[in-house]
Amino acid sequence: MYRYDEYDQQLVDERVKQFADQTRRYLAGELSEDEFLPLRLQNGLYVQKHAPMLRIAIPYGNLRSDQVRMFAHIARTYDKGYAHFSTRQNIQYNWPKLEDVPEILGKLASVQIHAIQTSGNCIRNTTSDPFAGVAGDELIDPRPWCELIRQWSTFHPEFAYLPRKFKMAVNGAEEDRAVIRCHDIGLEVRHNAAGETGFRIFVGGGLGRTPMVGEQISDFVPWPHLLSYLEAILRVYNRFGRRDNKFKARIKILVKALGIDAFREQVEAEWAHLKDGPSTLSTDEVARIAACFVDPQYESLPATDAGFERARAESKPFAKWVERNVRGHKRAGYASVVVSLKKTGVPPGDITAEQLDLVAAWADRYSFGEVRVTHEQNLVFADVKRAELFELWEQLREAALATPNFGLLTDMICCPGGDFCNLANAKSIPIAESVQRRFDDLDYLHDIGELELNISGCMNACGHHHVGHIGILGVDKNGEEWYQITIGGRQGNDAGIGKVIGRSFAAADVPDVIEALIDTYIDHRHEGERFVDTVHRIGLDPFKARVYGEQQTERKVANG
Amino acid sequence: MAKLIKNQAIVDDAWQVLTLAEDQRAETVTVGEGQWIVPLSVFLAQPALQQRSDVAVWLDGDDEPADVAPFLAQLPLVAVRFPKFSDGRGYSIATLLRSRHGHTGELRAIGDVLRDQFDYLGRCGFDALQPDADRYTDAQLEDALNSLTVFSEPYQASVTIASPLFRRQRRAA
Repeated sequence: MYRYDEYDQQLVDERVKQFADQTRRYLAGELSEDEFLPLRLQNGLYVQKHAPMLRIAIPYGNLRSDQVRMFAHIARTYDKGYAHFSTRQNIQYNWPKLEDVPEILGKLASVQIHAIQTSGNCIRNTTSDPFAGVAGDELIDPRPWCELIRQWSTFHPEFAYLPRKFKMAVNGAEEDRAVIRCHDIGLEVRHNAAGETGFRIFVGGGLGRTPMVGEQISDFVPWPHLLSYLEAILRVYNRFGRRDNKFKARIKILVKALGIDAFREQVEAEWAHLKDGPSTLSTDEVARIAACFVDPQYESLPATDAGFERARAESKPFAKWVERNVRGHKRAGYASVVVSLKKTGVPPGDITAEQLDLVAAWADRYSFGEVRVTHEQNLVFADVKRAELFELWEQLREAALATPNFGLLTDMICCPGGDFCNLANAKSIPIAESVQRRFDDLDYLHDIGELELNISGCMNACGHHHVGHIGILGVDKNGEEWYQITIGGRQGNDAGIGKVIGRSFAAADVPDVIEALIDTYIDHRHEGERFVDTVHRIGLDPFKARVYGEQQTERKVANG
Repeated sequence: MAKLIKNQAIVDDAWQVLTLAEDQRAETVTVGEGQWIVPLSVFLAQPALQQRSDVAVWLDGDDEPADVAPFLAQLPLVAVRFPKFSDGRGYSIATLLRSRHGHTGELRAIGDVLRDQFDYLGRCGFDALQPDADRYTDAQLEDALNSLTVFSEPYQASVTIASPLFRRQRRAA
């Protein structure tokens, strides 16, 4: 894991000092609301329904136990005893006082955590594969590249006032677990035919109002040129991205308007001036950063463990949890554990201060003191000995963190929605809960198999509904909350945007609709076929027929 | 007299900024006596102005910095206007003027320029920072001198700090 040196520390300390003064001037009336806005946003601070919301970066999803403990401390001291993990590998507090934020940022800085550029029209937190460094299908560890991007993009003077927010993700495995094609820039670390390391780069992906899958701008940018190439893309976007209309200001609109070939030409022309310039990465610097991400002190262990196998045979609940929430590992005798934050009745991604403290303790005891955060709003212990899985599971279960639903219908992605968010058109957390309650039979849930349900309370799409196998979007119609359903969306290597099945529904009908979709799938599925694959094989019509068939006359449904 | 921050000090300024009213055209607008910073379009449209040593040029966000490049050696200063402080195009324009077109004279940020942006503006090559005349009191402007360099060792290369931190400093592994 990356540890700050004196320079990193100095920068975050200077940032805290700067923001304390800005907050003071705002409270004293020297800074207008408008002027304070981008300053506070670039420090993660929103003004929300009930109180400010503070969004803190978890760079590429990596945390140390002392950092998790600090999150617990902040939840207890400045908030209502809990926090929320978002879909962008951030953590959010919903109830801090504005006056306390400089102090909170100061405490975070003491454990090498910041809230820099977690909001605003700037380069946001770079996200990555939560199984980086441990996944069996990994080709190149993406984390050092994420950290290099983090440093380059932090306080970049040229790109702090972009036309819109800007998001990047890096993946280095065969399977894309970072949704790189749905980012403004998506990077795939790879080797070329000559065995050199470089990047396949996608540009112009993103969800929101105009969802798009990114297009390939380069199939191989050699690693020394990573930052200069990014700089070229950002400069073209900063100069020519639309600023007249907020809804058309993302880079995807520019890429679409020019066409990927013309956009590439502009970027390459810009890059010609920057290539081999001072931003060119050096072997020494890459080696210095990469040294932070070497394997921990793994023990040599047998591939199987008798105690683990016995426990799995004897305890059905443990076996179920292992089946869903335990993943393979590149090292024999180890596994990665997904800690589900999707227990029915708890808003997806929420965690209490007590649970955070426990997570920190388990990280120390079982996983080299580290925790990962996933964009699906769960946590991961990346390096757990198989021999200790049962012991860990028992403790997780006691803390209500062992819900065996990773990758299943109830492991839904869900934004905070109308309960917390100013932008939301509709609530999303109660929708998540109503679906979880409907599908509370674990055996049935496991039988349905892998299914990604993503819920957003508005078209900003924080819940990534477009790429959910089933997506739910809250919409406002004449002051009432309605829910539009899409199916067939996918993240990963064949990422695609889901299709709307038809008119939207009242909140109370959503569980019925989901059930009708699942029933249709069960009727049509081939052995071992996932929901989303059935959708792509048979098309939308059978699903529409089941959902709307007999309902049309009975139920009042909104248009659209 | 208007005040601006130049080379880390507050100085008086005699330049006036010419903006075109809706009914004025670049070709025909009259640039009077005195020191004027005129829009690039006016400067290009009226070759006579290009002979005057008391005429400078300002660029807007959608102006092309290459268009002013041939005149950089003779211009007393070049300004970049920020129509709104949140419009970041001027940062790239400044960077291009300095790093690509070799502008070594005064580069002034004008318009909606805020003290909280001074550090970034400076690193992009602006050596003169001119907030709107009524924006800050003299005392606030004095105070703002302290915010000229907020971050003592920035990570990335920019106009004034020509190489990234990893080339400037030996960083421990």
